[in-house]
Amino acid sequence: MPILWIGIASLLFGLSGVPGLCLRRNGGGGALLSSLMVLAGSISGSFGVIRALQSGSSSAWQSPWSVPGGRLALEIDPLSSVFLLPLFLVFALGALYGHGYWPQRDHPESGRGLRFNYGLLAGSMVLLLVARNGVLFLLGWELMALAGFFLITTEQENSDARRAGFIYLCATHTGTLALFAMFSLLGAETGSLAFPLAGTLATSGTAIFLLALGGFGVKAGIMPLHIWLPGAHAAAPSHASAVLSGIMIKTGIYGLLRVTSFFTEIPPWWGWTVLILGAISGIFGVAFAIAQHDIKRLLAYHSVENIGIIALGVGGALLGRSYHIPQLVLLGLAGALLHVINHGLFKSLLFFSAGALIHATGTREIDQYGGLLRRLPWSGLFFLGGAVAICGLPPFNGFISEWLIYLGLFQTVQGSPLPVSLILLAIPTLAMIGALAVACFVKVFGVTFLGEPRSEQSLHGHEAPKSMLLGMAGLLVSCAWIGLFPTSLAPLLSSAVLSWSSIPTASLSGPLSPLLLVGVCGWVLLSCLALVGFWLWRRSQNAPDPVSTWGCGFSFPSPRMQYTASSFGDFLVRLFRFGLWSERHGGRVEGVFPAAREFSSHTPDTVLDRLLLPSTSGAAWLFQRIRGLVHNGRVGLYLLYVLLAVVVLLTATLP
Amino acid sequence: MLLPLLLHLLLLLFFAPLMPGVITKTKAWFAGRVGAPLLQPYWDLLRLWKKGFVFSRTTTWVFRAGPVVGLVIPILASLLIPFGAMPAPFSFSGDLILFVYLFGLARFFTAAAALDTGSSFEGMGAVREVTFSCLAEPTVLFALIVLARLSDGLALQNLFGRHLAQAWLTMSAPLGLVVVCLLIVMLVENSRIPFDDPNTHLELTMIHEVMVLDHSGPALGMILYGSALKLMVMGALVVRLTLPFDTGMLWLDLLIFLGGELLLAILIGVIESIMARLRMPRIPQMLIGTTLLSVFALVLTLR
Repeated sequence: MPILWIGIASLLFGLSGVPGLCLRRNGGGGALLSSLMVLAGSISGSFGVIRALQSGSSSAWQSPWSVPGGRLALEIDPLSSVFLLPLFLVFALGALYGHGYWPQRDHPESGRGLRFNYGLLAGSMVLLLVARNGVLFLLGWELMALAGFFLITTEQENSDARRAGFIYLCATHTGTLALFAMFSLLGAETGSLAFPLAGTLATSGTAIFLLALGGFGVKAGIMPLHIWLPGAHAAAPSHASAVLSGIMIKTGIYGLLRVTSFFTEIPPWWGWTVLILGAISGIFGVAFAIAQHDIKRLLAYHSVENIGIIALGVGGALLGRSYHIPQLVLLGLAGALLHVINHGLFKSLLFFSAGALIHATGTREIDQYGGLLRRLPWSGLFFLGGAVAICGLPPFNGFISEWLIYLGLFQTVQGSPLPVSLILLAIPTLAMIGALAVACFVKVFGVTFLGEPRSEQSLHGHEAPKSMLLGMAGLLVSCAWIGLFPTSLAPLLSSAVLSWSSIPTASLSGPLSPLLLVGVCGWVLLSCLALVGFWLWRRSQNAPDPVSTWGCGFSFPSPRMQYTASSFGDFLVRLFRFGLWSERHGGRVEGVFPAAREFSSHTPDTVLDRLLLPSTSGAAWLFQRIRGLVHNGRVGLYLLYVLLAVVVLLTATLP
Repeated sequence: MLLPLLLHLLLLLFFAPLMPGVITKTKAWFAGRVGAPLLQPYWDLLRLWKKGFVFSRTTTWVFRAGPVVGLVIPILASLLIPFGAMPAPFSFSGDLILFVYLFGLARFFTAAAALDTGSSFEGMGAVREVTFSCLAEPTVLFALIVLARLSDGLALQNLFGRHLAQAWLTMSAPLGLVVVCLLIVMLVENSRIPFDDPNTHLELTMIHEVMVLDHSGPALGMILYGSALKLMVMGALVVRLTLPFDTGMLWLDLLIFLGGELLLAILIGVIESIMARLRMPRIPQMLIGTTLLSVFALVLTLR
């Protein structure tokens, strides 16, 4: 019974931190036990998912429940499996990584709480991914949100972490509010809070879609609802950031897909909305990322970008359903789902290696790094792999999913009428996102790992412990696996697309068949590179002793003359100044013999810092004034309120 | 299967260094000089091949990976495109994305290798390279969409297929715009005037050339060879678009293709002789203008 195995996984995850809470904080704190429980949960869950996929039919479990609104219903189908598989892998590797990154002996006060919430996050996410009842789903959703909050505020003595945590809490609860309304409306349509079957709801559902887009969009981080994301992912410990960014935000995509699967007909404007939001998130996500100096904030903005890419695929699939183009549904959704898996893998890998950098140098400022590839050779290699993958470059997994999305969007190229062929405009958008991502990761990798160290900390950086390296290696191997054997996931993807929308099965085999050739190209590329690289390496063995880099006529070059993250991004940041509004201070040099000058640049989040915070503080000021008028402590006035309320109620209720 | 592949590779590997030679000769002729011999690039490659290496002590293995990727990528990418009327040796639906992204990989490693030296000049070049290609990439995709709309498949083989001769009669305006766009992208990507000047004496104003300042010996040879290959591969697209003739006779097709590539090299030489390099801030404007041109081409096919 596959669903039983997944239930066991959820329980093992959820309880993995509990023994530690009863143990002494100065000892091991139950770290080993909790990791073993997470590992056991992952194995049990993966076993369940694979069994369910092999059997071909969905596995469900139901029981009566005293909570109103339907029965306690759990089910595992291919759509849930796509989200569960990376979850099991990344949480297990993250627990391993946590041993080296956040050892109990260095963090006696926060280590046990971190592991408790880490397990709770995993358990609640498994629950919500298999829940088939609105109440149960929301239960998992809220547990996940709270566990996420405590993970973000792990370093609660740090005011940045507290601020990020509160913004996250506000954002996620606004989203949950929308979801409460959405599930109530859905319940009113179907008569119970149990999820309807795919393709059975024949109503228009405009309100349901908008509420779902808002509620799930906040969690997924679709721009402009991404406000909580950059701060939160920067503040959490790196392996927690990895699961928050790689896995948790995908539950928003899952929710959106699950809700849209209920409907028989999809109006075209749903798809267009998702497509346009995806384009905005993609381009501005990566533009904001280029402007960042904090490596984890930068990676967090890349999550916004990748959610944008996923939304482009989902939007394409929704439009494919509206306009009845089965290849677009298949390729768009398969690409989006594969990108969900891929982003889970390479973003976690990047956060893990960013954690190794922080572990080695103690700072998150990219401009303090430099020359770290010599000091952290393995972490650097893993970061490079993750960077190539996230840019969507062959031969890694990011290319496969972006290729599928591209191919899906290209399906409308020949002989479509005018409104449909406007989908084509998403293709150059995706290309631009890709090129900007390359620019950003050349910057991060180059400034961080190459060149000369820019600070004392980077000069004395040291390689990460083995447990952290093992966690990263596991993720890099998975990335390469999907890139080089893309056909291994094709059956899972096509059955997930089928469980989302019933497209004719005849259109399933054709469009995915070039995947085999893409895999072959990956192998050819890799072997050619290895061959030529090996030759060059052999040839350069007897090179004379290295000299210093040519200073272009300048006799005493110093590491401070190198390009920094800020100067590298400056050209692009200025091109995007209409959306970024970066602040620049100082830097003007005057006179023939100028004195020392300072320059700083800073890019606050346009939506949060320039729009939302000023407007909410204005509203708070206004309400404070009103409260001062209404709530002034005079008893007579309060009695008047009571009287008025009674009169209003009487007139309103009396016939 | 094997014979066309071999012919394809031989053509690419042996013909490519001639194109920079022709460009130099044309420029010399315009300037009233005798100029370097046509085959000078071959001799340069041979000379660099025999030389030893000099490495900076700042660099790591990434510095050596740059030339490797820069050489391998154009060769692999050439397998996806037809050389004139000769079909592509390797073709599948959707290979146009692979073609674009392969060059993305080359850009990633070239720019990373530049940053590996720790020199501020090379950082400057890396910034410019990645920034300008962000603006050139949408143009390429728009052009490919237009070509895909006029054809019946999603492989480069179909996009640059036999139908082009017919399409020129009915859809000449969008095709003309696409040729202009691809030519400009080719000039940007291959660091030619008016976007970049490989021969200037000032590193401050270079883009691509400044990124490879610290390479030496066979590694520098690989970079020069790789850029010649890239010029020929991207030129093949423009040549096929402008000379879409299928005679059915191998030698004549070959002649048309190689003649087209030589004409293209002469055209580049003429452009380089009669134009000055654009000021750096003007380049983004020019590239955005090119993107708009390609959007026009798409709009013309949408009606």
